Amino acid sequence: MATQLVLEKWPGLISTVTLGAKKEEGGSRATTVKIGGENTLPLLFNEGNIPNKPAIAFEVWDIPPEDWPEELTKAYGKVLNDPFAWADKCVNEYKAQALCLRMQGTHPDFGDKGAQEAAKFVSALLKKVNVPLVITGSGDDAKDNLILPACSEAAKGERCLIGSAVQDNYKTLVASVLADGHSIIAESPIDINIAKQLNILISDMGLSLERIVINPTIGALGYGLEYAYSIMERARLAALSGDKTLASPFICFAGQEAWRAKEAKAAPDQGIIWEVITATSLIQSGADLLVMRHPAAAVKVAKYIDSLFINK
Amino acid sequence: MALSGLDIYKLLPKTNCRQCGLATCLAFAMQLAKKAVVIEKCPFITPEAKNILEAQALPPIKLISLGSGESKLDIGNETVMFRHEEKFRNPAGLGFIIEDSLNEGQIRSALEKINRLKFERVGQALEVNLVAIKQSKDAKRFIEATKLVLSNTSLPLMLISSDPASLKGAAELSKERRPLLYCATKDNASQIGRIAKELDLPLVAAGKNIDELAQLTGELNALGVNNLILDTGSKPVTEKIWDLTQIRRQALKKSNRALGYPALVIVEAADPYEEAIEAAAYISKYAGLVLIKGIETWEVLSILTLRQNIYTDPQKPLQIEPKLYPIGQASQNSPVLITTNFSLSYYTVLGEVEASKIPSYILSVDTEGMSVLTAWAAEKFNAQSITRSLEKFGVKEAIKHKNLIIPGYVAVMSGDLEEQSGFKVIVGPKEAAGIPAFLKNLN
Repeated sequence: MATQLVLEKWPGLISTVTLGAKKEEGGSRATTVKIGGENTLPLLFNEGNIPNKPAIAFEVWDIPPEDWPEELTKAYGKVLNDPFAWADKCVNEYKAQALCLRMQGTHPDFGDKGAQEAAKFVSALLKKVNVPLVITGSGDDAKDNLILPACSEAAKGERCLIGSAVQDNYKTLVASVLADGHSIIAESPIDINIAKQLNILISDMGLSLERIVINPTIGALGYGLEYAYSIMERARLAALSGDKTLASPFICFAGQEAWRAKEAKAAPDQGIIWEVITATSLIQSGADLLVMRHPAAAVKVAKYIDSLFINK
Repeated sequence: MALSGLDIYKLLPKTNCRQCGLATCLAFAMQLAKKAVVIEKCPFITPEAKNILEAQALPPIKLISLGSGESKLDIGNETVMFRHEEKFRNPAGLGFIIEDSLNEGQIRSALEKINRLKFERVGQALEVNLVAIKQSKDAKRFIEATKLVLSNTSLPLMLISSDPASLKGAAELSKERRPLLYCATKDNASQIGRIAKELDLPLVAAGKNIDELAQLTGELNALGVNNLILDTGSKPVTEKIWDLTQIRRQALKKSNRALGYPALVIVEAADPYEEAIEAAAYISKYAGLVLIKGIETWEVLSILTLRQNIYTDPQKPLQIEPKLYPIGQASQNSPVLITTNFSLSYYTVLGEVEASKIPSYILSVDTEGMSVLTAWAAEKFNAQSITRSLEKFGVKEAIKHKNLIIPGYVAVMSGDLEEQSGFKVIVGPKEAAGIPAFLKNLN
């Protein structure tokens, strides 16, 4: 007697967010990247469609990173001192499909670059590389409110993903993103209710839910990974059950978190695998866009993603 | 799904005879549903009804024990699809396959390395669980290799052979250690099943798909073999995850007894990174036992850490021992930072303090594992509890100054804390990430 399968059909659908705009769309990117669009749980191809592979964006800073462990800095070598060469290496050597630019140099403690300088930098970088860009501030709310609008304007029409908007600081960024044709990262502190609330607040300002990507705030392997893992599973189940306000793709800063872990700095290979397992475990819970640091880790995760989608 | 009181009532004699000690059959049914009485209290229950009720009381996924003694491994007895629904109960076992074609020295050194794969993280011991010997030569070699493994590790054993005679020989030799036999298939079910039955050993049932498996477990049950582990064979990752998901759903959502056993996966990737990625994926999605070949520390630690994360009880956060922790070469002039004994709070603060390279003390206050804001709201992290901890852990004696740094989110308690503790309170950053800059600017 054949066992009757237990199949789950979901009414909900995760929205599809496109990163990057080509020439005919008003931008200058050679390629674009689509994320989201799934109507089933991660990897369960038998129950629905997963039209887009999880994507990987390589993290690139506007200044040489100070606090990166040696394992990480030696992978890039001298290019870390030249953000344009760094970005170029990611795209041409490691075949990065997208870059995540962190404007660390605008932080009051790390150079305090002004809005004009930041905007100039973004314009120059857009000329240097032709893949889609994610642009994040330095994490200093007040300063981000000054520089991100300038970066947004400098990248007008390029359909970047810009962040992060948080619950008590989103209006300035939403207004810029809306005006300049980008999408936004909505960041919540491992809290499904705040994630939902923030999506509502942002869409109330006129930015459609199709232009929001949720950053659920992750912990690295061994450092609270399971909190984000379960928050993502809960949000994804709610979204698939029909809650449109949670039906956004997830962006996860796997590299940033993994390389803070003590283990990652302890031994060769340990750091790379720490970043790899952090990333792949989050794919299991619904990550659509992974921001990664070590090129070897990114390459291994990309290969795994390809193997998951081999027949699709 | 559990039967309700009314469902149970329909199975009872409905005579209200009171011999069970309750006034009515309905009352008895309600007590049964709550598991407050046992079914034997009813003298008139039919055997059929009793069977249904007893089956109902069994866990949907059978608990299977592997090995014996201190390193015994229990897997199965899982009750949910997602860890946030309650928790995952019995951490998936991680085992290592050793080929019997290796020579004696190679087997010994592999076992030595496996025996040393023990770690401690966030106050918990992380350990590997099993060694599997895989036959690739004749019965004599398989038995020699089994002997070698038996005498060189105390971990539970698994015997992998497609030759019933070899399997039986090795099983008889090692039966005291309760090895897991691999495996029964539709072609050899009765032969292998009899070995498992005779020696009373757990057995892997392997089939291409869940239909074949369900039929096979039925045949094995009929032979009296009930301690089973399921395997759907070698497949690409997504198909494997589909099988594991389907097996878990069958057991939990349809109470399908034929598939109500833990499942194992043999990872075949040769590259250690790929092997770790796959092992991690299967641990997250429902494998009860994962077998790999790689024994490098960095690979195994990452897999075991992931298992620790996934199997952490979401309702009971990991805690650390509350006390005063010196970080780096802390001296009497070092700053004192206060946080909770929630592991994640503590380790996050610890990471940032270490990153600052400024020797410091961290006082971990007993908040029953709650994070800063939760504990503050629950009055477990306030002027009283911090003052108690300051006294209990001798902070006054450890330092010469009188300054305490509290998390920015609980700045509001500063006044109370100064009054009660006699220390001066400095409000630190809200997020741990701000600690290095904060400490650098402290003086």
